[in-house]
Amino acid sequence: MMTPPRSPFLSLQLLKAPHLALVLMLAASVCQSAEWSIDQLMHGLAQIRSDHARFIEKKSIAMLEEPVESSGELFYTAPDHLEKRTLKPKPESMILDHNTLVIEHGHHEEYLQLQDYPELATFIDSIRSTLAGDRKSLERNYRLSLEGTVAHWTLQLLPTDKKVLAVVQRIRIAGTGYELRSIEITQADGDSSLMSIEKLAAP
Amino acid sequence: MRKVAAWRGRTAIILWLAFIISAGIIISRSQFTADLSAFLPRSPTPEQQLLLEQIRDGLASRLILVGIEGADAPTRARLSKVIAQRLRTDRTFVNVNNGEPVNTQRDREFLFNNRYLLSPAVTPAHFSVNGLHAALSDSIDLLATPVGLMIKSLLPRDPTGEMVQLLEHLNSGSHPKLVDGAWASRDGTCALLLIQTRASGADTDAQQRAMTAIRNAFDTASGASSDAKLEMSGPGVFSVTSRNTIKTQVTRLSILSIALIATLLLLVYRSFTALVLGFLPVISGALAGIAAVSLGFGAVHGITLGFGTALIGEAVDYSIYLFVQSEQGGLDQSTWIVRFWPTIRLGVLTSTFGFAALLLSGFPGLAQLGLYSIVGLITAALVTRFVLPYLLPANFHIHDVSAIGRGLSRLVEHAPALRGAATILLLAACVIVFMHRAKLWNDKISSLSPVSQADVDLDTRLRADMGAPDVRYLVVVSGVSQESVLHSAEQVSTVLQAQVDQGELAGFETPSRFLPSIATQRARQTSLPAATVLKTRLTQAVQGLPVRAQLFTPFLADVAAARQQPLLRSTDLEKTSMAMAVDALLLRQDRHWSAILPLTAPKAVSINANRLRSALRATGLPNVLFVDMKAESDRLYSGYLHEAIQLSLGGLVVIIGLLLVVFRSPMRVLRTIAPLAAAVITVVAGLTLLGQQLIILHLVGLLLVVAVGSNYALFFDRADFPASNPVPARERRMTESDPMTHMISPRTLASMLFANLTTVAGFGLLSFSKVSILQAMGVTVAPGVILALIYSAIFARQAHA
Repeated sequence: MMTPPRSPFLSLQLLKAPHLALVLMLAASVCQSAEWSIDQLMHGLAQIRSDHARFIEKKSIAMLEEPVESSGELFYTAPDHLEKRTLKPKPESMILDHNTLVIEHGHHEEYLQLQDYPELATFIDSIRSTLAGDRKSLERNYRLSLEGTVAHWTLQLLPTDKKVLAVVQRIRIAGTGYELRSIEITQADGDSSLMSIEKLAAP
Repeated sequence: MRKVAAWRGRTAIILWLAFIISAGIIISRSQFTADLSAFLPRSPTPEQQLLLEQIRDGLASRLILVGIEGADAPTRARLSKVIAQRLRTDRTFVNVNNGEPVNTQRDREFLFNNRYLLSPAVTPAHFSVNGLHAALSDSIDLLATPVGLMIKSLLPRDPTGEMVQLLEHLNSGSHPKLVDGAWASRDGTCALLLIQTRASGADTDAQQRAMTAIRNAFDTASGASSDAKLEMSGPGVFSVTSRNTIKTQVTRLSILSIALIATLLLLVYRSFTALVLGFLPVISGALAGIAAVSLGFGAVHGITLGFGTALIGEAVDYSIYLFVQSEQGGLDQSTWIVRFWPTIRLGVLTSTFGFAALLLSGFPGLAQLGLYSIVGLITAALVTRFVLPYLLPANFHIHDVSAIGRGLSRLVEHAPALRGAATILLLAACVIVFMHRAKLWNDKISSLSPVSQADVDLDTRLRADMGAPDVRYLVVVSGVSQESVLHSAEQVSTVLQAQVDQGELAGFETPSRFLPSIATQRARQTSLPAATVLKTRLTQAVQGLPVRAQLFTPFLADVAAARQQPLLRSTDLEKTSMAMAVDALLLRQDRHWSAILPLTAPKAVSINANRLRSALRATGLPNVLFVDMKAESDRLYSGYLHEAIQLSLGGLVVIIGLLLVVFRSPMRVLRTIAPLAAAVITVVAGLTLLGQQLIILHLVGLLLVVAVGSNYALFFDRADFPASNPVPARERRMTESDPMTHMISPRTLASMLFANLTTVAGFGLLSFSKVSILQAMGVTVAPGVILALIYSAIFARQAHA
């Protein structure tokens, strides 16, 4: 349901890779045995150097009668540069580079140090570390579990830090092959957000 | 007769001693400075007054930029935090910022609790049904963005988004990036702190204490083994280092120049008594000069003292003339007084007239030098004339220098042969000066700065990394009360905000942002509707929005409270970051208040001053001033330079006039002035060829060349016209019986050579100074006086001519 039929389950970039045969073999064996491991996922993700995608995010907030929707684009450059450009309803950019987070809205630029904003940091970092295939970094803050098959997997991240847990209850990242398809964040207060991701050609 | 002479001598000595003692007392009570005050105008325009106040104790003057280099990033960040923690408890500092969120909690509380008094959005329309609907819908949109997560909890209490607005202003301006929780340079190799001192930048002692406190905090934090390095910069730091540099330089130069001149004189005199006695006029002159400057200006600048040491070489000339020119053996000083004093008196007069021009300068530094020189030279000459002869012991004599004199005579005899060569040199010099006439002078005030290029580079680097305000552009609003100033500042802010929206400005600060005028606060308070009214409007406003009105019950309560809350006073800001901003930007001097609004220019563009001025004028507010500090200070200095050049030319005219009155012969005046003019032009050409752009102190040097050189020219002239001096008949007969009747006497020549050598020694040392303004004087005077002597000899009238 989350997989648009036109997308191959392996990304084009991987098909171009020199280890094509190996990867195909590996994928085939994974498919057959269904032993789709976190290491395999991470290793595959780590091969991707840059990415460009469109997103639609729906936030369900208890205070509001209906979810608020925003949309925009995502840019990723390995290993630690992630941009989330919201275009609707209000233009806003969030640029995460190494440990510095810049939020631009209107004429205004705000520089934040990631570790000072654990609530923001956790879910931004979860996306970035997943894209980077950085299992170590993910395991520093989360307990990981993987379900499903190569064609349809879900990676669940449960925060281990109490401070983080007070804000974020659970993050579920779903994907196909080495592509992320959705990120669902459930906050401690019950509010949640679901971001659907659709890959675009590399910029 | 002898009794009368003895009585006169005693009186002279007693008067002199009394004079020296009183000068000593004045000096002991004098204040010595090394700050920029010497470069600030005595009768400033409003813009200059502002420049002056800002330089002395403006916000920028109180900033110390600190960099920690070396070691690794975590160590640098740790040091930064430890140092900051320690300095924050020190009363010396108002603010220590290294990026740690120290006041964040308190700041946010202050802003949140007073949001309805502080937010410019609070107007009656904002709380109408439509206004509320628009504000609510904006806030809901914001929830969808990443920032939404941070403001979600605020929504029930602040649905109109006042806090978001205020936070934006609080964080406006660029900050350095954080590495390991502390500010770091862009390349990440240096931890940064921005420290604001309580004392003004003009208080050099306090700045020095502040620097010591920072250094101690660093040493304690880093321990002995660390390879981390501390760097400091800022206006206060510059004052301290300049003062130290000037102090060391002046001390070293005085000692060296006294030692050098003493050695020279000892070689010549071969008599300690003569050496000691010879220095008496110098010391008297120096003391009198410093005392006069102290009385006249209230404080003596280090540069004046540095200049004073160089003047030793000039003041010692008078005693050299007395000792060397006095009749050998007979030691008849009264003859010297009759024969040579009129010439020396004329020399002192021409020097005085030259320096008197400087006294008129609006540039206090220059006026100090003028006063020092005049008083110093006159005193030295008078002591030589009226006191020194009575102090000479009966058997006083110096080494016979007539052999040297005779050698010189032969040289001088052949000097005219060089006329052709000298003329060519002079013409070449004229051509060089003419070709470089456009770039001859450096009219940037930075050319005067005693700060080394390395320190300037460090400052530029730290400032760029820090994003620290360079406070170049300011709008200043003044008035009679805090309220009126804040009110005007608010009106000016409206104009400035329009400029920001048009992209003419990147941003601006104003004290009224966090401390609005009472009138504005009251207006905002009365914009808030009563609880029942607001409740009805809110119910209407939420229609079509995905929220229920009940959610905003806390908002109703907060607005009701805000309607009753006491208005903000400056004391309410205490212990917030905003207090520091307001303190720095809202100044009080007696009954005079002023608000400073620093402007930030758009990136890589300077502010269009004319457009901004006319926009400000359109407000019709009196006492609103836009100042471009850099342009203003450069304009100030080029004004000084222009004025000093004119005054010097005026001084030259007066000197020519004086000589005309004394000589009553234009040809003689021309003959006296010509070698001096030639020396000046040649020196200027030489400096230009060496790539030195002239600053105001080169000009002072040139004046000195004229002052010192005039003595030489006058001595040569006197040899040509012995009859014009009231020389007694006996003396005249003696001179006429001399084989070289119309030539200058060998002893006079020798005295001029020694005088020249001491002057060159004194000023030559300055050429090696690291302080650019002292160096400028040295490289001008030392070659200048040599040239003046040589030109005087070459162009002197010949016996047979």
